[in-house]
Amino acid sequence: MPHRNFKIPIGPQHPALKEPECFQIVLNGEKITSSGVRLGYNHRGIEKACEQQTYIQDMYLLERVCGICSHSHATCFIQAVEEIAGLEVPKRALYIRTLIAELERIHSHLLWLGVAGHEVGFDTLLMYTWRDREVVMDLLAMLTGNRVNYGMNTIGGVRRDITAEQIPQILKAVDILEERTKYYIQIATEEITFIKRLSNVGVVAYEDAIRLGAVGPTARASGVERDVRHDDPYAAYGELSFNVITDKHCDVYGRAVVRVGELMESYKMIRQLLANMPEGPITVKAPRKIKPGQAFSRYEAPRGEDVHYVQANGTDKPERVKVRAPTLANVQAVSHMLKDGYLADLPIVIAAIDPCFSCTDRMIAVCDENKSPEILTWPALRQRSIEWHRSRGIDFSQLNREFKIPQGT
Amino acid sequence: MSEENEIKSQLVEKFGFLNETTIPRARRLFADVPLGKFSEVFDYAVKQMKFSILCTITGLDEGASLGFIYHLARPSGIVLNLHTKAPKEKPVIKTVTGYFPAADAYERELADLLGAKVEGLPEGNRYPLPDDWPAGQYPLRKDWKVEMLDGKGANENATS
Repeated sequence: MPHRNFKIPIGPQHPALKEPECFQIVLNGEKITSSGVRLGYNHRGIEKACEQQTYIQDMYLLERVCGICSHSHATCFIQAVEEIAGLEVPKRALYIRTLIAELERIHSHLLWLGVAGHEVGFDTLLMYTWRDREVVMDLLAMLTGNRVNYGMNTIGGVRRDITAEQIPQILKAVDILEERTKYYIQIATEEITFIKRLSNVGVVAYEDAIRLGAVGPTARASGVERDVRHDDPYAAYGELSFNVITDKHCDVYGRAVVRVGELMESYKMIRQLLANMPEGPITVKAPRKIKPGQAFSRYEAPRGEDVHYVQANGTDKPERVKVRAPTLANVQAVSHMLKDGYLADLPIVIAAIDPCFSCTDRMIAVCDENKSPEILTWPALRQRSIEWHRSRGIDFSQLNREFKIPQGT
Repeated sequence: MSEENEIKSQLVEKFGFLNETTIPRARRLFADVPLGKFSEVFDYAVKQMKFSILCTITGLDEGASLGFIYHLARPSGIVLNLHTKAPKEKPVIKTVTGYFPAADAYERELADLLGAKVEGLPEGNRYPLPDDWPAGQYPLRKDWKVEMLDGKGANENATS
């Protein structure tokens, strides 16, 4: 069995991957000497489909490019359409779009933190972050009616207003999330196994991150101070005060530090948005047919810069829609990160640019052969779980006190 | 808009034919560049004018020719959209992977979806279509129909 130039294909279907892609790895012992990437297994022809549907249908289609950054793609697209049509979107609508955008970032970053924990065998972190993530998922469901694919946008504004009763609920949830994020920052800066496992793994130096065109937290963790929200402000970002979080570690650890830091900035932005939200309409009437023209729209999605180019031809269907999601920009950086690293680090290195997968149901149906199906609500399920464990002598309430888990979530 | 106007003046001063460059809004410039001059303008924009980010390359079916828009950005947030075109009979452009390695995926997309020929693009896997995709079928061309996959009019838009 040769130990040099041992080639293994990881993908397109592989248990370590969340989505189909193929990494062709060449190993020398357990070290990766080179790697190639084959993408496209998820190609669905969305750009072509966009040319055959109306602008409003396209918005819903593009919202489904990604299960996590759905609001990112929908907003990026309609910004371009609104620019071509010359629409003045009401300020209140821009604030609401920005609010949903930041809530989306929070749920995406918390999801990532859990995945990162899982990939390095720190499953407690996965359990904690994904439980806390439910707080923001509930908020999104309350504000938009959906956990993902919010359908909040429409050409010329947003479809739902934020009511006065919702604002204190958002602020309360943000307080809870902020408290929990401080705990994760403590883990990221003090938990020695976490720091050692992620340090010097998947390294991309500052110069390489720039040369390879890395975007988002991947670039910022290599000290590249780039963030579309700051550099090319859209929606309400021009009126917000926030910091672009960067880190000098240039490795997976740095990417974790940047993301938890960005969570804190998102909470800050949400409070500003709610405190200064202008009164007024949430939409302007948009024409069905869009006059000829072109626009290039940029958006800082949770994974990095998302860009859409739209060309209109005067009909109700676009002439061309071009999408470049952030992951494509980060692919070159991944190959660079894998080189000279260990095979065992591959899952976390790939995960560190942030994979995508959807989450769905929030109701759980419990079927008992002897009883008719019973539907449990979340609080009832939680209560049943507590009682089940207590009857076996396990009491988590002591643990709750130690970690100061906020009640009533 | 002072930075945008300065960029336009600098471009026009160096390349007189770029005098129709438009600035539709803050931080956006659109310029049409003849194919023969494209490499020179691109090199100047990247090396002399600090457009150090390539956001992506958009490919277009413009009837008799294929259009290409290179979306270049400065770290300060300004985007210079350089448009050029090549006739469909000879849809040849030069690679920019020497400037931006990440352009590899963008250029393979132009080749797969529109049938552009990218000179100098290193050997590698195709992207994004499957390996058994029929030759000569470019789905983002306007005359491509999904029925062509079943062999109906399969070579209607083939150029090679």
